[in-house]
Amino acid sequence: MAQAVHRSHPTPAVYWAIALFLAVVTAIEVAVPYFSVLDPVRVPLLIVLAIVKFGTVVAYFMHLRYDKKLYRTLFLFGVIGVIPLFVVVLATMHAF
Amino acid sequence: MTSQAAPVETYDPHDVRPIRKAAMWVFLGSEAMFFGSMIATFLLYRNTTGDGPGSEIFSIPFTSASSFVLLMSSLTMVLAHHAFENRDARGTRIWLAATALLGITFLAGQIFEFTEFAHEGLALSTSSFSGAFYMLTGFHGAHVALGVLMLLAMFFLSLDGRLYEKRGLNVELVGLYWHFVDIVWIVIFTVVYLLQV
Repeated sequence: MAQAVHRSHPTPAVYWAIALFLAVVTAIEVAVPYFSVLDPVRVPLLIVLAIVKFGTVVAYFMHLRYDKKLYRTLFLFGVIGVIPLFVVVLATMHAF
Repeated sequence: MTSQAAPVETYDPHDVRPIRKAAMWVFLGSEAMFFGSMIATFLLYRNTTGDGPGSEIFSIPFTSASSFVLLMSSLTMVLAHHAFENRDARGTRIWLAATALLGITFLAGQIFEFTEFAHEGLALSTSSFSGAFYMLTGFHGAHVALGVLMLLAMFFLSLDGRLYEKRGLNVELVGLYWHFVDIVWIVIFTVVYLLQV
C-alpha cells in the first residue's frame, strides 16, 4: 500500500484569523474609492486586493495549499484559461 | 498559529473519492472560464447604457454589506467541513445551517437590489449594459441558490445521521462549490461595482 502524507489543515482559530484578514481587506477595498488621493493607483490597487482575497480563500478555505498538486493544476488550468478567453471574447466583439 | 497532526492518506485502488474530487476541480475550472467570458462581456458593454441608467445607481455600501455576508459564509462553510472531519455532528449542523442562512441573506439582498434597479429604470432589456449586468450577477445568484439547496440537503441529511453513510466527501464537494461561488463574487464585486464608480 502506497502512502502519501499531506500537510495538516488549519485549526478553527486559524480560519477565524483568515476571515478577519479577509474582512479587513474588504474594508480597505470599499474605502479606496472614497480617497481621491488614491485615484492614480485605484484600479491596480483594487485588482491586487481582489487577487489577495481570491488567493487566500482558494489556498486556505478550499485547502488547495494543503491538497494534491493535481487539484491545483486542474483549477489553475481553468483560471489561467480565462486570460485567452478574455482576449477571444473581446476580439470577437471587435473591442480592439 | 498551531496546526493539527498531519493525517496519513492510505491509497486504495477501489476508492473513487480522489476521482470525484478531481472531477469537482475540473468542473470549477470550467466554471471559472464560464464566468470569465461573462465578465469580459460586461466589460465590453459597461459604457453602452443608451438612454438608461448606468453604474451611477449602484449602492456601494449596500453591495459591500452583501459581499461581507457572502465572505463570512465561506468561514462558516469551512468550519462546517472542519466539524464534519472531526465527527462533530452538532457543530456540522450548526455551521451548515449558518452557511445556508448567510447564503439566503445574500440572495435576499440581491433580489432587493434588482428590484431597486428596476424601479430606477434598469431592466434586463434597457441596454447592453443592463443585459450584461443582469446576466452576470443573475447567473451568480442562480449558483448561490443552487448552493443553498445543496447546503440545506446536507443539513437535513445530518439531522438523522445519514451524512456519515458514505457521504463524507459530499460535504467537502459542496464546500468547494460554495467557496468557488464566493471567489467569483470577489471578482464581480471588484470589476462590476468598485471599478465602475
